[in-house]
Amino acid sequence: MARIDLDNVRHAYGPDPKSDADFALRRVSHVFEDGGAYALLGPSGCGKTSMLNIISGLVAPTEGRVLFNGEDVTLLSTEKRNIAQVFQFPVVYDSMTVRENLAFPLRNRRMKTDEIARRVDEVLETVGLTALAGRKARGLTADEKQKISLGRGLVRPDVNAVLFDEPLTVVDPQMKWQLRASLRDVHRRSRATMIYVTHDQTEALTFADKVVVMYAGEIVQVGTPAELFERPSHTFVGYFIGSPGMNVVPVAIDGAGVRIGESRVALPAAPVVVDGARIELGVRPEFVKLGAAGIPASVIRVEDAGRYRVAHLSMQGHPIAAMLREGEKIPADPKVSFDPVGVHLYADSWRVALNGAGQ
Amino acid sequence: MKPVNQKAWFLVAPVLLLVAFTAIIPLMTVVNYSVQYVATNAQFHWVGDLWYREVLHSEKFWNALWRNLVFSCIILAIQIPLGVLIALNMPRKGWGVPVCLVLMALPLLIPWYVVGMIWQMFGRVDIGLFGVMLRDFGYNYENDPIDAWFTLVLMDVWHWTSLVAMLAYAGLVSIPDAYYQAARIDGASKWSVFRFIQLPKMGRVLTIAILLRFMDSFMIFTEPFAVIAGGDPVFLSTELKQTVELGQKAAMSIIYFLIILLTSWVFYTVMTRDDGAPRPQGGVS
Amino acid sequence: MLELKDVSRRVDGVDHLVNISMRLEPGALNVLLGPARAGKTSLMRVMAGLDRAGEGAILFNGVDVTGQAVARRNVAMVYQQFINYPGWTVRENIASPLRVKRASREEIEREVGRAAELLRLTPYLERKPLELSGGQQQRVALARAIVKKASLVLLDEPLANLDYKLREELRAELPRLFADAGSVVVYATTEPLEALLLGGNTATMSEGRVTQFGPSGEAYRRPNSLETARTFSDPPLNVLPVENAAQADRYPGARTLAFRAHHLRMERKTAAAHTYTLEVLSSEITGSETYVHLRHGDHRWVMLTHGVHAFEPGSQQTVYVEPDDMMSFQADGRALGHAGKAA
Repeated sequence: MARIDLDNVRHAYGPDPKSDADFALRRVSHVFEDGGAYALLGPSGCGKTSMLNIISGLVAPTEGRVLFNGEDVTLLSTEKRNIAQVFQFPVVYDSMTVRENLAFPLRNRRMKTDEIARRVDEVLETVGLTALAGRKARGLTADEKQKISLGRGLVRPDVNAVLFDEPLTVVDPQMKWQLRASLRDVHRRSRATMIYVTHDQTEALTFADKVVVMYAGEIVQVGTPAELFERPSHTFVGYFIGSPGMNVVPVAIDGAGVRIGESRVALPAAPVVVDGARIELGVRPEFVKLGAAGIPASVIRVEDAGRYRVAHLSMQGHPIAAMLREGEKIPADPKVSFDPVGVHLYADSWRVALNGAGQ
Repeated sequence: MKPVNQKAWFLVAPVLLLVAFTAIIPLMTVVNYSVQYVATNAQFHWVGDLWYREVLHSEKFWNALWRNLVFSCIILAIQIPLGVLIALNMPRKGWGVPVCLVLMALPLLIPWYVVGMIWQMFGRVDIGLFGVMLRDFGYNYENDPIDAWFTLVLMDVWHWTSLVAMLAYAGLVSIPDAYYQAARIDGASKWSVFRFIQLPKMGRVLTIAILLRFMDSFMIFTEPFAVIAGGDPVFLSTELKQTVELGQKAAMSIIYFLIILLTSWVFYTVMTRDDGAPRPQGGVS
Repeated sequence: MLELKDVSRRVDGVDHLVNISMRLEPGALNVLLGPARAGKTSLMRVMAGLDRAGEGAILFNGVDVTGQAVARRNVAMVYQQFINYPGWTVRENIASPLRVKRASREEIEREVGRAAELLRLTPYLERKPLELSGGQQQRVALARAIVKKASLVLLDEPLANLDYKLREELRAELPRLFADAGSVVVYATTEPLEALLLGGNTATMSEGRVTQFGPSGEAYRRPNSLETARTFSDPPLNVLPVENAAQADRYPGARTLAFRAHHLRMERKTAAAHTYTLEVLSSEITGSETYVHLRHGDHRWVMLTHGVHAFEPGSQQTVYVEPDDMMSFQADGRALGHAGKAA
C-alpha cells in the first residue's frame, strides 16, 4: 500500500514540446492517499490514461516527479514499482488455465505453493470464476477473459496500488453491476490504493471515494461523488457528470440576481466577478421545476427513461432540460423555476462563490 | 425451394479450370501412369498395383525415404528456432524495419536453380570460398555423400530461414503492447514472455511455416539437381533420378504425395485442436 | 415494411435464432435489446441477407427476399467499430454509396451536403476519417447510411465504443436521422436505458428468442414474462420466490415476484406495503442517487434511492415495496394479470 504523489508532472508524446497544446498532460500535481479508491474521469484524449501509465511506469513523464510513500520512483521501472494494472481489453495467457493465469504473478514472485492456492481460490470467488478454474483461457468469451485480467490485478496481496484502465468496457451491463460491487468489496477488505480510469460517470462515481475529473490535460475538480454533483467547480464537470448534464445558460448579472432574457432569477447575494467575464448560470435538470410560476418555456420533446422522464424545453431561446420523477406531470403551460439549492454561477466557466444557499 | 443465385459459379470457374490444369489433371495422369507399364513405343499395359508393391519392397526406396525424412527434420529443427530467434531480434519500429525486411527477403527472391549454381560455385574445393575454407577438414561435396548432404542442409537453411523469420515476425508484431505491459507488471521473466505470450501468439503462423517448410523440404529434388547437374554423385533422391521406368516413378510420387498429405493433415489437426471453442457473437473480437 | 415469419437458424447444432416472427415498420426505431450472445447480431445478419435463415421466411413489403443476396437488398449497416474508407476524405466517404448508384454530380453534391449538415460534419468534409474523433468517425459511417437511402438500416451497437457524453448526444439525434427516408431502422443494444431513450419499439432478446416486441415503454412497464423483465432491467431486477401462504393469497397463481430497484423504498407509501429488514452488503453513490445492495436469502437485491445516503455494510435496513409495483409471474415465467394486454 502506498501514498502516491504526482509532483508537477507534465507529459508530451512528441519530442520538443513548446506550447501547452503539445502536452497530453499540461501540469498535474495530485496526492492519492494511501488506501483510497480513486477514479480518473474524463472524455477520451483528456490525459487520464497517460496519467495512469505515468503512475505505473509504463510511460516516463517529460517533466515532474512521481513519489510512492515519499520516495522518488520517477525513473523506476514498472516491475520495480510493485503495482498491478488491469487493461481495457482482456490480456490473458491463452495457453494457461484460468487458475494458472491467476497464479502467474504470484509464481513469478516465488510465493509458497499453498499460499498461492489459497490466494487464487479467494480471487476466483471474488471475480466469479470458480466454476471455470480448470478451463483453458483460450476458449473463453471476452467478458470471462476480462474477469481473468481483473483477477490477476487483484491477486497480489502486497502491491503499492491497483490500477484499472477502463476495465469494464467489454463487459455486459448486468455483469458490470456484479463486478463493480466485487471491486468495492475487495477495496473495503484489502484497503489497497486503487485508481480507476474511465469515461463512464456511473462507473467512476459508484467505484470511487474521490473522483478526479480531467479535461484537456488538466485536473478540473477533485471531490466526492456528491460534491461533484452538488457543486461542480467548472461547467465541464457540470456537463460531464450527470445524465443529462447540467443546464448552462448565458446570463447577465443584475444586482443580487441574474437576467435571462426578460426574466430575472434571484441569487442569495450579489456575486463578485471580474469585469468582462463570460457569466453563465448552471442548474442541473434535477433542480429544474416545471409549474405555474416562473419563466415561460415551451416543450420540445420528452424522453422516457423508465423510472424518470426528461423534458427538453426552450426557455427564452435557450435549451433547458428538466427531470420528472415517475408519475410527475408536465403542466399545460409550463413555467420554469429553479430550486435555489442547485443554482450556480460561473464566470469564464469557473464557479463563483455565492454567499448563502448551495455552499 | 428458395431461389438460389447460380451466377457465382461463373466467377469460380476460372479458378476451377486453373486448378484442374495445374493440379488435378497432372495428378490423375500420374495416378494413371502408376498402374501401367509404359513401353518405349508409348504403349500402355495395365499392371495393377505391381509398381506399388515393387516400390514398397525396395530397400533403395526406404533408404531414400528415410534420408528425406531425416533431412526434413534437420532443416525444420534448424530453421524454425533460428527463424523465431531472428524474428525476436528484429526491430519493431523505425527505419530498421524496412531495411531488415528487404535484407531478409533477398534469398527468397533468388530462383532455385540460381541458388544451386551459387552453392555449386561457393562449395567448390578449388575455387569456392566455402569449399576452400573447409578443404582442410576433408570437405568435398562432389564425392562425399555426407558432405553433399551437409551442403544441402546449409543451402536450404540459407535459402529459406528468412521465410520462417518473416512469418514469425508477422505473428510477433500483431501482439498488442498491452500484453507486454501486463507481463512486466506480472513480473514475468523474458523466458515466460516468450513461452506464454509470444509463442502462443505465433502458433498460427508457425504452423503454416512448419507445413510449408516440411512439404518443400520433403520434395527436395530441385536444388540438389542443380548442384549435381552434370556429375553423377550419390544423392538424396538417387532412386528417382536413376529409375528409368515411368510407372515406378509415378507410384513413388503418389506414395510421397500421400505421406505429405497425411503428415500435413495430422499436423494441422493437432496444432489447431484448441481453437474449436465457441466464438462470441457480438463482442469485441 | 420488413416481416419475419418463424425465422430460425442453427449453426453446428447450436440454436442462434429460434422461431422469430416480427413485423418492423418504417418511421419508428426498432430496438433489439439483450445481453451479449442473445442473438441480436445473428438476427441482423439474417435480416441483411448476410446469413441465411435455416427455416422461415423474410418478406420485404410483401416480397419474399429470404434467399436474396445482401447486395440486392439495399441494406445499410453501421457497426460498433468505426468503419470508413481510410484513404478517402469524409466527403468521398459519404458520397461513396451514391457513386455506386451512379448518381449525378449535382445529386451527390446536394445529398452529401444535407447529410453532413444533419450530422454536423460540414467543417470536416475535406479531412480523412482517421483525423477525426471517434464520435465524428461514427457520424461519417452514419452519414453514409443516410445518403444510401436504404430500405433497411441496421445499426449494431453503433454507440458502444463512444464516450459516455458523445453517446448521449448521438442517441438524441439518431431517431430523427432516418425519420424522413422511410427506411426500416433496426438498432441493437445491450443497455435498457438506451432502448427506452431511443423511443420506438423494443424487441427483448434472450438466448436466440424474441421474448416481447412492442412500444419500448410498454415492454418496460408491462413485461409479458420474467425473462423480458430481467432483460429490460438495469440495475438488475430484484426477484423473490413465492414461498409462504400470505404471498400466495395476495398473488394467486404466482410463483415468482419481481420488482425494480427504484421501487424498493426506505419509506412506505401505503399501509399495504411489503416490509423487509435486510442486511446491507454494500452501497454505491452516483452523486444524485445511491445504489444499495442488500441480501435477501440467496438473492442479492439492489435499491436505488434519491439523494446521498451512507450505509454501513453489515448493518440492517428496513425497506418497503408497494404491491402496485410488484410484478408477478407464473411457474413457466409468464406474467400474470396483464399478459394478454402486453402481447
